[in-house]
Amino acid sequence: MFDTTIKNRGAMTGRFKKTGLLAVAFAAAIGLGQALAGPADAAEGTFKIGMTAFLSGPAADAFGVPSMNGGKLMVDALNKGEVPGPYKGSVGIGGMKIEIVPVDEAGGAQVQIQRFRDLVQREKVDAVVGYDGSGNCLAVAPVAEELKALAIFSGCGTPRIFEEASYEYVFRAGAHSTMDNVALAHYVARKLPDAKTVAGFNQNYSWGQDSWRDFKLALDTFKPGMKVVDELFPEKGAGQYGAQISVLMRKKPDVVHSSLWGGDLEAFLLQAGPRGLFKKTNVVFAMAEHVLPRLAEKVPEGLMTGGRGAVGALHPDTPLANWFYKAYEERYGIPAVQAPFRFVQTILGLKTAVEKAMAANGGKKPTTEETAKAFEYATFEAPTGMIKMAIGGGHQAIQDNAIGISKWNAEKKRVELVDVEYFKAECINPPDGMKAVEWIEKGFPGAKCD
Amino acid sequence: MDVFLTILVDGTIYGAWLFLIAIGLTLVFGVMKILNVAHGALYAIGAYAAATLVGGNVIEEVAGFWALPLMLLGSILVAVILGPFLEKFVLRLFYGRDEVVLLLVTFGVSLILEDVIRMIWGVFSQYVAAPYSLFGNVEMGPLYYVGYDFFVVALAVLVGVATSLFLSRTIMGKIVLAVIHDAEISRAMGVNVSRVYLYTFTFGVFLAAVAGAFTSPMLAVTPSIGVNAIILSFAVVVIGGMGSIGGAAVGAALVGLSRATAINFWPEAELFVIYAVMAAVLLFRPQGLFGEPAQRRI
Repeated sequence: MFDTTIKNRGAMTGRFKKTGLLAVAFAAAIGLGQALAGPADAAEGTFKIGMTAFLSGPAADAFGVPSMNGGKLMVDALNKGEVPGPYKGSVGIGGMKIEIVPVDEAGGAQVQIQRFRDLVQREKVDAVVGYDGSGNCLAVAPVAEELKALAIFSGCGTPRIFEEASYEYVFRAGAHSTMDNVALAHYVARKLPDAKTVAGFNQNYSWGQDSWRDFKLALDTFKPGMKVVDELFPEKGAGQYGAQISVLMRKKPDVVHSSLWGGDLEAFLLQAGPRGLFKKTNVVFAMAEHVLPRLAEKVPEGLMTGGRGAVGALHPDTPLANWFYKAYEERYGIPAVQAPFRFVQTILGLKTAVEKAMAANGGKKPTTEETAKAFEYATFEAPTGMIKMAIGGGHQAIQDNAIGISKWNAEKKRVELVDVEYFKAECINPPDGMKAVEWIEKGFPGAKCD
Repeated sequence: MDVFLTILVDGTIYGAWLFLIAIGLTLVFGVMKILNVAHGALYAIGAYAAATLVGGNVIEEVAGFWALPLMLLGSILVAVILGPFLEKFVLRLFYGRDEVVLLLVTFGVSLILEDVIRMIWGVFSQYVAAPYSLFGNVEMGPLYYVGYDFFVVALAVLVGVATSLFLSRTIMGKIVLAVIHDAEISRAMGVNVSRVYLYTFTFGVFLAAVAGAFTSPMLAVTPSIGVNAIILSFAVVVIGGMGSIGGAAVGAALVGLSRATAINFWPEAELFVIYAVMAAVLLFRPQGLFGEPAQRRI
């Protein structure tokens, strides 16, 4: 019995040796195969993106959910190779299928820092795109540097991100808020040459105060001597603006500037319209375009507004823009506004940078550093037109802007912006290396407006 | 139009809105000693109920005077469904605990209700704009006011007077007052205090929903509209005295008028003046203008 056992053990050991050798050979073969296949395999792999947008909270309806919807639409189309224009026939990012991890931006800066770390360290994403809140961008940027992870912002109006610090891994693939108000001031100066008085009606936090400051300074250059008759700063989320409307109606400024957004903007329009404010004065909005499709016929006629870029119905007449605008409405049942237009710029910018880096490294999936280097000063086409990573050391985009006047089209049952004027990116954005406020205060040196 | 008359009108309209929200809050606190943080979410649900029945978001938009009874019906439905459910299955489990515990419980309920709103109605704004034009416009010098704003003032007066009369002139109201005064002795006298709590909380939910429904025509209805409203309502209730309906009316008027004054003369201080008034009142009367000093039992 023992002998048998021993023999059997010997036989077993021999069998194990054979099996082991086979396994090692098999593993080596696979390993060798993978090593040999290396560069070509990038086309068969995946590119994982963390997509961050407000899915809850006050900014969800105005910006967050439309952003995420636009992002998903673009990723689906890229994965199927259906995006037209310069991306025609190009699948995913550098041939890699895009995989997304959606994340809610609500909860404040500390929560976003934690979620960013989770995306990078636990989810192992290749890049994180999105963010609309300026506070969130300012908080996440240093963490992206610390983790050496790519962060590509879509919104975040503040110009401070790249004016007060320089980053290697952080980019913003859309223009900052300066051009909202510089373009608007250009437009107001041309359309209302006789205006002599102006009032501000902006929310009492950095966005509202900065917007009013930029508009006031810019208007002072285009129309020197405009008298400021009042500066109203209602709290964010106030919802009731009866007293402010009375003040504006009583003081009758020729122009009222406002950067209200979302539910606050809608409430103001609903309250001020029936009281006749828009018939007594010219109310101009920095970026009210996003409420036009939903408010529809409730939008007063004659509002001057844009949406940071040639966005929504103001999009340029290109195959890419026309496809995106149509595809979004078909999929979600409502026209795309500024947020999805801005959001997809991050994905297309990332795609451009990765593919540029792959072209330089022989087709391998690039490292984060290679992608970041390729992104600097890149130029790419988006549904809003050409995006140039021209300022902030090549990390901050500039783009064209458009302003128009609201008009209800009863036949099409939608609000249109008419009398639209397009402004070149180099006309309404500061040059590289100059702070936005300084640029406006000095009278726009280097602006190319011809 | 004289600037002071403008302040009076604007302050009254704003105060009426705040009072409509605060009255339910102060009633629930007076009877049940619960600072109901979920009141703001219930206010938002009232607005969503109006958006559903009147705003054309689910069924066809109702533009005529029928909108008003439909908005009231929506408020009743919210109260009948949510009031008993929250009181019986949530709050009742925590009676007898410290007031802070109940405050935290209602805070948790408010977060859950906000998510429920998102699940049912989504995150996009909804509108109930048609009733806003029901009463036309009122011309006052160089200014136009919307008639509906004055309807809201009238509604606030009606709700305040009706609730006060109910408490002082009806047997049920007197029972409620007895419970406010001393729940233990009321129980010893044969009052079914649990039932009083149930009815009071349900009525509080109804008042929150009425405030949401009837102010929704002047707002964009979003899941977070209750957040700001509830903070200001707390200020109103604290100024007037916790649990005092008359105090809430005076507090709302003070807040409305001081805010309108600030907007006209010192717009940067719009929010500051509200809390300055609250701090000044608390400095001299910690129990609020109409509140009674709390007796500590040893």
